[in-house]
Amino acid sequence: MRQLLPHPLLTPILAILWLLLVNSIESGQIVLGLFLGWLLPKLTIQFWPEQIRIYRPLLLLKFLGIFLLDIILANFTVARLILGSPQSLRPLFVTIPLDVQSGLAISFLANVISLTPGTVSSRVSPDHRYLLVHALNETDPAALIATIKSRYEAPLKEIFEK
Amino acid sequence: MLEFLISLLIVTGAGFAFIGSLGLARLKDFYTRLHGPTKATTLGVGCLLIASALYFSLIGQSISLHEVLVTLFLFMTAPVSAHMLAKAALHLRLDSLAKPPEFPLSGHSVQRQDSAKL
Repeated sequence: MRQLLPHPLLTPILAILWLLLVNSIESGQIVLGLFLGWLLPKLTIQFWPEQIRIYRPLLLLKFLGIFLLDIILANFTVARLILGSPQSLRPLFVTIPLDVQSGLAISFLANVISLTPGTVSSRVSPDHRYLLVHALNETDPAALIATIKSRYEAPLKEIFEK
Repeated sequence: MLEFLISLLIVTGAGFAFIGSLGLARLKDFYTRLHGPTKATTLGVGCLLIASALYFSLIGQSISLHEVLVTLFLFMTAPVSAHMLAKAALHLRLDSLAKPPEFPLSGHSVQRQDSAKL
């Protein structure tokens, strides 16, 4: 099974991506999409050695909803900071100790942090235990860490790890 | 009505894309400059893409969903490139308004890092 279909989740995702790309839902395209969804993971298995599992799909949807709202808010926050006086900004580096361990969850978290209010992830420590984050305007690092951990990391941990 | 909505989306999108680029000129150091393009532009480009999808779906022959794909790729690539730029900047020890992290971020410093955290 593992030989034949290394990443069961990736197959439908790639098929859907293919259909979006050709912008059609003819049956031929669906078959081609499924074929590509089967072939590409098989060819790229070297890059994805670990099995991806989503334990809480509904929570993932809810998380994506919160995340989209946060992106919109982030845009307004950053726009205001840019248009305000740049001299009054208090940029700060914050080190966040990570609870999530899997590579996928960490990269998800780093992406989410980069897209949400005033923070860009800058570096993961080589042992995957700390994430360095640059905040655009932050005076209270402890509060920032607490927000990121409870708002993003906790759901991601539930979704991707058991 | 529809044209009004689409125009509004386009103007909003262009506004946010502009503010994001303005950040590059106005902000003072490399790390803060990273924030503009990664965030303000996501909503900017997002608005433009929604406008494009609406326009081509309603005025053209069929539903246009390429835009969903563009959004998806943008959300995946923008943070990754920001992350790589920040990482390179840390490596080169660029001047920073924020106090740069004191731990050397190499594999050997885990112990020291731990005690520094406590």
